[in-house]
Order: sequence, then C-alpha cells, then structure tokens
Amino acid sequence: MHFLEFEKPIQELHEELQRLKGIHAKGKTDLSSAINELEDKFTAERNILYSRLTGWQRVQVSRHPERPYTLFYAENTCTDFLEIHGDRVFRDDKAIVGGFARLDGKTVMIIGHQKGINTKMRQYRNFGMANPEGYRKALRLMKMAEKFGKPIITFIDTPGAYPGLEAEERGQAEAIARNIQEMMRLKVPVICLIVGEGASGGAIGIGVGNMVYMLENTWYSVISPESCSSILWRNWDHKEQAAEALQLTADKMKGHGLIDGIIPEPPGGAHSDPKAMADILRRHLISALSKFEGWSPSQLVTSRIEKFSSMGIFQTI
Amino acid sequence: MAWFRRSTTGVTTQPKLEVPEGLWHKCPSCKAALLTSELKDNQYVCSKCNYHLRIGSKEYFEILFDRQKFLERDSDLVAADPLGFVDTKPYLDRVKAARAKSGLNDAIRTASGTVEGVELVVTCMDFDFIGGSMGSVMGEKIARAADYACATQTPLLIISKSGGARMMEAAFSLMQLAKTSARLSLLADAGVPYISLMTDPTTGGVTASFAMLGDFNLAEPGALIGFAGPRVIRETIGKDLPKGFQTSEFLLEHGFLDKIVDRKDLRKTIAQILRLLKD
Ligand SMILES: [Zn+2]
Repeated sequence: MHFLEFEKPIQELHEELQRLKGIHAKGKTDLSSAINELEDKFTAERNILYSRLTGWQRVQVSRHPERPYTLFYAENTCTDFLEIHGDRVFRDDKAIVGGFARLDGKTVMIIGHQKGINTKMRQYRNFGMANPEGYRKALRLMKMAEKFGKPIITFIDTPGAYPGLEAEERGQAEAIARNIQEMMRLKVPVICLIVGEGASGGAIGIGVGNMVYMLENTWYSVISPESCSSILWRNWDHKEQAAEALQLTADKMKGHGLIDGIIPEPPGGAHSDPKAMADILRRHLISALSKFEGWSPSQLVTSRIEKFSSMGIFQTI
Repeated sequence: MAWFRRSTTGVTTQPKLEVPEGLWHKCPSCKAALLTSELKDNQYVCSKCNYHLRIGSKEYFEILFDRQKFLERDSDLVAADPLGFVDTKPYLDRVKAARAKSGLNDAIRTASGTVEGVELVVTCMDFDFIGGSMGSVMGEKIARAADYACATQTPLLIISKSGGARMMEAAFSLMQLAKTSARLSLLADAGVPYISLMTDPTTGGVTASFAMLGDFNLAEPGALIGFAGPRVIRETIGKDLPKGFQTSEFLLEHGFLDKIVDRKDLRKTIAQILRLLKD
C-alpha cells in the first residue's frame, strides 16, 4: 500500500494495524477486538482526511500509483472488451488504448490514456503521455465507432501530450487540433471522463464530449500546478498556491460550468477500492448514455457545439 | 520583442513599431543597421537577411487591406477575471497594464475589408498583449469572426502569434480550444474558406487548435511553430535541439504547412487563394 505525503497520520495507523495483524496471525494472542477497533479508527481518520482535501492534495491523489487506469475500467465496467491497436499510419502508441466492449449488454467504444502499473510498464506506457500517433489512433477508433453507430466513452488521465522531438516532427499540435474538431462533429454520443490527471491539450485531445465528468479526486486545467508555479512565480515552490489559483478540482470546474458532473469515489479514493470505483462508474455510464437514446446525429452534434460555444467569460466596454 | 523595447526607450506611450523617423534599428538576426523608415517601407523585413521582424495587428491590417481601409469588429470585448486569479499580481492588473502599454483591448483584433477587391475577414493576434495568449476574449472573438464569415459567406484569415493559452484563465482558456474548433467546424460545413497564417511565434493551445486547421496553412519564413516550447522539449529529452527545429521550414518539410509566404508576397498570395477558390 502506497501512502501519499499528506496521508502520514493514517499511514501510522495502517502500520500499527499490520503489526497487530502479524502478531494475531501467529495465533498466540487474540487481538481481534484491538484490530477491529484500529480498523474502524483507520477508516474514520481516512474518511475525515479525504473529506477536506485541498486542491494540491487532490492532484496528488489523482497521481496515486495504485489508481485504476483505462484498461482496468474497460475490463471492470464492461464485458467482452476487445482491444484494438494502431493508427494505420505510423505505429501503435502505448499511451492511448482502446477497443470495443459491452456496457450493460450494448456495444460501446472505449478509448483512454494508459499509465503503467509498475516501473517497467510506466516506461512502456510513456507515463500516459501520448505522441501524435496516439491521438490519431484515438480518432481512428472514434470514426470506426461512428461508422457502426456505437457510443464512445473516453477515459482521460495524462500529465500532458508528450513534449518530444519526434512528437513535434509528426505534428503533435495538428493531431490534437484535428481530434478536437472531429470529436465536435461525431454523430454518436460521446461521454468523457477525467479519471486522473487532465492536463491541457493532451487531455482535451480526447475530451470533447456531450457529457464531460470528473471523478471526485481528479484535476483538469490548462497547465499542471508545478509548471504554473515555475512560469508565474519562476520557481517550483508555489505549486500548492498554483493549484488553488487554477481552481482545477472537480467541484470548482462544476461550479464554473466547465464540466457536466462529478462522480464520487469510494471512501479513501479510487485507489483504495478500484472495484467499487468501477461499479460506481458503470452505473453512472449506463445512466449517462441512456439520456441520449433516440437522439438524432444532428441533435448530438448541435448540443455538443452549443455546450462548448458557451464557455468563456468576458466583459464589454 | 526585445528589438522594439530597445528602440523605443523614452517613448513608451507610443505603441510598438511607431518609432521616430531617423532612428536606426539593428536586425535581431544579422545585426545589420537598418533605417527605421526603410524598414517600415519594407514591411518590417530586414533588407539584408530577410528576417521577418515581429509586427502586430495594426501593421498586418495595413499590409493586407486595400487602401488600408477596414472595419474593426468586436473591439469592445475585454477580459473578465472568472477565477479571481492572483499570482505575483492580480490578473486584472496585468490586463490593465497590458491595455495601457499596448493601446489594445486584448491579444486579438478582428477586421473586415477587401484584399485586391475580394472580401475577407481577418483576425490577428498581438504578441505584445500578454504574449498573445488565448483567454475567453480571444476565443469569443474568433468564434464571432467565424460566425460573421459564415453568415456573410466571406473567407476568414486568422493570423496567429501566440505563446498559447492564457494561464490566468486556467480551464476557461483550455476550453477555448474546443470553442474555436466548434465554430470553425460550422464554417467548414458551410464551405467557406479558412486560411491560417502562423507567424513568429505560434505555440501551445493556439497551434493545437485553429492554427493547424486551416484549409490553407501558411507561415512566415523562420517562424517558431510548435506544440511544446523548445525549452520544455530540451528539458524532456535532455539533448540540444537540431538547428532549424520547429521553424516554418521544418513544418513545411514535415507536411504541416501548405506554403511559406514572404511578407512582401502576403497580400498577393492571399488574393490569389481567394480568387482561385471563388472562380
Ligand atoms: Zn537581417
């Protein structure tokens, strides 16, 4: 179990709990009542801690190494997941995955960023930072879903599109721009979920949906708090302040009308009970998609265009 | 804009290029000394090395429109402060300072007029205004320019010169990528031409949305055009970047531009495109 910096108080409880369980397991001393008591205490403390997370703490939770990623959700919110690969032009980007699956019996297209679950896999997945071919693969899958009239669900979790030399050579900007415009015109329902980090162009490159939801402990903004701190304050020490200033959490984003809803996470965050998270998500997705039953392609496109067109606050003089 | 600041020391009330006659400019590229009046006649391009100096909407409108006549549109939009954003100073103070210094209301201006007799809507960024950054005002002005172009069946030219999204509007600025694309997709559906001209520099959210989506993607020579900034890429890959990386010429070579256009040929080329599509 991995504990974040701000989880120190509950980490100590957890360690004590493990110690008691170890002794108890040896069978000489019955510590079950002490263990039960401590478990209750752990749960209570954790729930209190998670009920008042700051922006920066939520950013940390969104990056928790045990948080579930797209492939987990594809397997656990749906059945019959069939992963498909490649952009048909250059190669198969490992940082974006996708394929058909069955949600509540009906076929949907799942597309999302994929981070690795250990050191080796994190590198293999390029830390969830896609290259242009990842965005082009995503678009290919979306167009295929459109062709067969299947709704699209995207899972967003990226620290950003990869800022590499070859990414520029192959047109990172063009790939993201193309996706944004093409997603706007898709003739099938599109549901987007921020399940972890929603960093800038890399996120919105698969983030144009009829409905855009954020899980409770995620963030979505134009820049990470660290980069924002380094640019505006010229050092890395203001990331907490930057996280507050950017108002990047789900509650703030909903308050500003920039997302359509917040999906609650299990107590202690998605990583503390991934299966429960997937259950919540599945129920949510079924109900979100049911809203669009019977909608015509033009209704879907028009409502998407109108939604994003209304975003922006300015004044006139 | 370092070249400009140097030359206007003491005349800070004058917006950017209006430097007094008789002053000499040093070309930032070849360091040649150039007479300001000649530089202006040469559309702010170095006569020695063809370096294209950074100019703003005022100069582009003068270069493009017939008899330098145009109608400015939506000039009354100014930034609000949706997040109450404060870093080392409040966002609205920055905006106020930028407005006072540049004489502009935000980092983009829209105008309509004719180019060699053909109607055109132009929306052009000003790098002098908070780095040409895209916030809600820029998004709205591009959206309205696209709507006007659509309603009047007039071709649209967007001249980009921007560091990207405006951080102080956070997710609001990010959503402008989607908003502008939404309205430009309606323009595309209506079959109205959209020309994108990228100038030095065009990076970040502007490149990752409308700038790359022109029916024609044009660029001035030697402009920096990219998704990520060169410093970020250098830090990521831990290596120096090859010479000419992320320049207009690099993008043309890799297939992302239709054409590089010298500023002296800009008016002619735009008119040629418009006529070819019209006839
Ligand atoms: Zn020169």
